Amino acid sequence: MGRTLTVARKELLHILRDRRALVVMFLIPVVQLFLLGYAATTDIRHLRTAVLDADRTAQSRDLIAAYRASNYFDVVAYVGSEEELAALMDRGDVRAGLLIPAGFGADVAAGRQAAVAVVIDGSDPNVANTVFAASQQVGLAHSLRLLERRVGAPTAGFTPVEVRPRVWYNPQMRSANFMIPGLVAMILFLLTSMFTALSIVRERERGTIEQLMVTPIRPIEMVVGKIVPYVGVAFFDILEVLAIAVFWFRVPIHGSLLLLLALLALSMVTSLGIGIFVSSVANTQQEAMLLVWLTILPSIFLSGFFFPIEAMPKVLQWVSYVVPLRYMLVIIRGIILKGVGLLVLTEQVVALAVFGTVIMVVAAARFRKRLG
Amino acid sequence: MGKDLDNTEWVIETTNLTRRFGRVVAVDGLNLAVRRGEIFGLLGPDGAGKTTTIRLLCALLIPTSGRARVAGFDTVRQAEAIKRRIGYMPQQFSLYGDLTVLENLIFFADVFEVGRREREERIARLLAFSRLEPFRNRRAAHLSGGMQKKLALACTLIHRPEILFLDEPTTGVDPVSRREFWEILTELHLEGVTLFVTTPYMDEAERCSRVALMLDGRIIACDTPDRIREQVTGHLLELRPTRVREAARALEGVPGVLEVQVYGDRLHVFVEDPQQGAEAVRETLARAGIGVDFLRPTRPRMEQAFISLIRRGR
Repeated sequence: MGRTLTVARKELLHILRDRRALVVMFLIPVVQLFLLGYAATTDIRHLRTAVLDADRTAQSRDLIAAYRASNYFDVVAYVGSEEELAALMDRGDVRAGLLIPAGFGADVAAGRQAAVAVVIDGSDPNVANTVFAASQQVGLAHSLRLLERRVGAPTAGFTPVEVRPRVWYNPQMRSANFMIPGLVAMILFLLTSMFTALSIVRERERGTIEQLMVTPIRPIEMVVGKIVPYVGVAFFDILEVLAIAVFWFRVPIHGSLLLLLALLALSMVTSLGIGIFVSSVANTQQEAMLLVWLTILPSIFLSGFFFPIEAMPKVLQWVSYVVPLRYMLVIIRGIILKGVGLLVLTEQVVALAVFGTVIMVVAAARFRKRLG
Repeated sequence: MGKDLDNTEWVIETTNLTRRFGRVVAVDGLNLAVRRGEIFGLLGPDGAGKTTTIRLLCALLIPTSGRARVAGFDTVRQAEAIKRRIGYMPQQFSLYGDLTVLENLIFFADVFEVGRREREERIARLLAFSRLEPFRNRRAAHLSGGMQKKLALACTLIHRPEILFLDEPTTGVDPVSRREFWEILTELHLEGVTLFVTTPYMDEAERCSRVALMLDGRIIACDTPDRIREQVTGHLLELRPTRVREAARALEGVPGVLEVQVYGDRLHVFVEDPQQGAEAVRETLARAGIGVDFLRPTRPRMEQAFISLIRRGR
């Protein structure tokens, strides 16, 4: 115990003396959260749109206004021909186009069915999907409004079936609410495994490990001593990142904060174990960094961080079972978004406990007090 | 047991100690014995296996075959018992550069579980002894090379080891610090600490009780410095010819000349007989048209002795 504290104190001095490390530890998570919190969004709003209004009537302007008001479409250009629209689309200046043919106003006024076209840039299917749906919705709503005007009464009650979707957990469907809890898990995973690996490899790289090995220190004392300060740093980072999530991105935490912290601590056993394991394989800090990234990158894609696991091919779904981040994501999203308790998360907690134990045992077995 | 009869205690003993790295045999069937209180010097050129030997003795490496006992314990089975009794100063600086002199000392004191009161006492003493007191709050990375070595030594002494292993402690240190460092080692020797030192500097061998010369993983000579010198056959002449390289070539193979070594602008020539040898050297060089500044008989120093032993050993 005494020696563990000695190592921890020394490690703390290293952290405090290294300005760059301090910046990395406390600032990078914040920067990451801000960057990804804004960048990693699937919310599609304010799509740059060009309008080809060949009709130029009050009716066509009415329709354009309806599209504008939807927030999905920002009309940034009026064009005179389809060629012009195509040119804008090719350059990527606009992502959608609204084509109103001549005679649209007359058709509407006469009560005939009038047609308009919406052209969508389908390069990004995500964007295209959303725009597709939005354009139809706007059109439908506008049609209903026209119908009301013609009938002279509200249409409510006229539609035979009315679907009223209710979105649970994230009623406004803000992607920040989905992404940010995931980011918390990822940042935690990345930082703890990286710091642990680097701090141990640094001793090897600088040769200080040779001096340590001729002391009576036990490997476990050394490893635990080195980890302790970083666990502290990691918790600080978690609180920092959660605070930004709640107060800046307005992501509400529905579940118990205490349970969340406890399960994050459990997750840390795995990421710390990975760090220790990496340090037993890598000889230089660069190697360690690379190895950590090589574990993290596939984790991000296979864990359901960006893409739902259910949408993956079966084989990858099976692979995702051995990705610890997968369970961390379920836990953190479950507690933050759904407010679930321990009982619902039993499977994930057990999985992480098993992962943590296995990786720690393997890492410890590889850790020897010998050179060569 | 036989060794106990002559009343000496052997604190380091190796039996056919061998260590391979892949196909390279770094240490090859080493048989060494070091007495308590000795300054034992392990000499040899780079790559001879000195560092591997020290690491084997410090229980940092497992031998491929053979065994070693240090302070009475087996280096494989009782490694931890050995670690409490030895100090090891690696060749490269292995302390924490971002920690101060004092913090480094405190860290190692605590790792060795030196009691708090005793810790203060020992640190004060080591700081005085290594003349690092004025620099106690300086970060180790900002110390000069010589001071870093002294700090490293101080850190290895914090738990009062019986045996101290020093791997090239004076390499890369200025001559003044080198002498100072050896004064400290001599003090430790007088306190009864056994010192096992590797060095590429032959003049340092003179300060040892006994030296072993290592070459390609083997010991080719092991004795007191005096007797090592005596092992070298022949008499040594020192001369300064006008053209050193040519002179050396001219003298190779001349009857009565055993060996020629070049030292800067001087030549060291081992000859069978001092008188006849000197004449042969003068004649040969005169014939080659090479002038000679001076030529005098001299006593072989460690360096000449070793070079001679290495040449004959190869």
